[in-house]
Amino acid sequence: MTPNPLLPHLTAQAKAAAHSRTTACPCGATVTLADRPDATVVRHADTVAKAHAPDITPSDLTPRLTTATHLPDLLLPPLSPTPVDLHGRLVTFWPYGTPVDPEDPDAAPWEEAATLLARLHRTPAPTPLPAMRGPAKAALAVARLRAAAGAAQTSGTDHLTAGTDQTAATDQTAATDLPPATDLPPDTTAVLRAWHTLPAWARAEAPQPDSTTLCHGDLHLGQLVRHPAPDGPWLLIDVDDLGVGVPAWDLGRPAAWYACGLLPPDEWDRFLAAYRAAGGPAVPAHGDPWPALDVPARALTVQTAARAITKALAEGRLLDEVEQSLVDACDRMASLPPELTQGYAK
Amino acid sequence: MQCPKCHAPMHTYNRNGVQIEQCSGCRGIFLDYGELESLTRLESQWSQPAPPPPAAPQAYPAAAPQAPAWGAPHGGHHGGHGGHYGHKRHKSFGHMLFSS
Repeated sequence: MTPNPLLPHLTAQAKAAAHSRTTACPCGATVTLADRPDATVVRHADTVAKAHAPDITPSDLTPRLTTATHLPDLLLPPLSPTPVDLHGRLVTFWPYGTPVDPEDPDAAPWEEAATLLARLHRTPAPTPLPAMRGPAKAALAVARLRAAAGAAQTSGTDHLTAGTDQTAATDQTAATDLPPATDLPPDTTAVLRAWHTLPAWARAEAPQPDSTTLCHGDLHLGQLVRHPAPDGPWLLIDVDDLGVGVPAWDLGRPAAWYACGLLPPDEWDRFLAAYRAAGGPAVPAHGDPWPALDVPARALTVQTAARAITKALAEGRLLDEVEQSLVDACDRMASLPPELTQGYAK
Repeated sequence: MQCPKCHAPMHTYNRNGVQIEQCSGCRGIFLDYGELESLTRLESQWSQPAPPPPAAPQAYPAAAPQAPAWGAPHGGHHGGHGGHYGHKRHKSFGHMLFSS
């Protein structure tokens, strides 16, 4: 493994930022919280520094930071409202908050997460914002799967002289709206077929049918912290995908986990009931929520399955039981058209 | 069929025997001759108090909580205390519920 050359610089920045906030830093080690291609996050004492994805520009990020600055009861506010440049990467600084404990499912703050989302969705955007990036992220995950599966297929079969034809078939699939070719591995084919059941907006091929509702865009349990640590109120973090769009997208992951059998019905019920009790606009107050949830839950099931297969291909391993349950759901949804959605303005 | 407004393809859905076309792009709905009247008639049947209870929407049995038709066979129609969730829940919780 090559160490990330950005990491020592980001570490130094986090330390300097922490020391600018207090004269008496306990000065323990700087901890790496995340180091992925799309984000590197380090913590020094009560300060967190995040290097955002290389393709993020100041015009993408600044209005999102402004939103967090204006809504400190919903979103963890940054220490400074403007990003700084570090070797071509935008860096932001945040106060440390206590995350959800991955070892303790019973303590997961489902009600708090749902209530924060409902309040966010009811809040007018405090500044003009780009579109929420959920559908774009799903499309990216599917494009990466196509590339990885196509490459694996081509490299695995070129000695059979089939490589050229298959590359052509893959390209054609990517360029048109036809259902995917069936010469890819069955798991990949199931995911791509499920993707093709989705409307254009959910695949980031058309604008979302809501251009005013404030959305988080990437809700999962890693996106909640208590601030001030360790027992302050829960807040949402990570504004990289925040924007205006279809608010049901923010409920889509819990809905997908529930539909795929990964989240028990009682926990899903608690989440949905709390969202409704807080007046969240993404689903009707009573009755069946699935006409509104179906498309986002499908899209996020597809996205998660696509990432799982891409990762398994890169690691040369089979899918585990949890990952397989997502692919199985894709397989089932491919034969069922999405629910009729209701209530969107023309 | 193509949407007259944004020209995206339209998909056909069946709702209580009424064929409805919805645009995959702008989500607009197209009704054939007489379909609006059919829907109005169905709506009035729903709101009448006495007659036999209206059928639940086809895809979802009345049991709560509801789940999509493509959901896992165990995904939602019985309580959450079975061994299934105890097993898969712990495995999926830290693994799947914390990442993008």
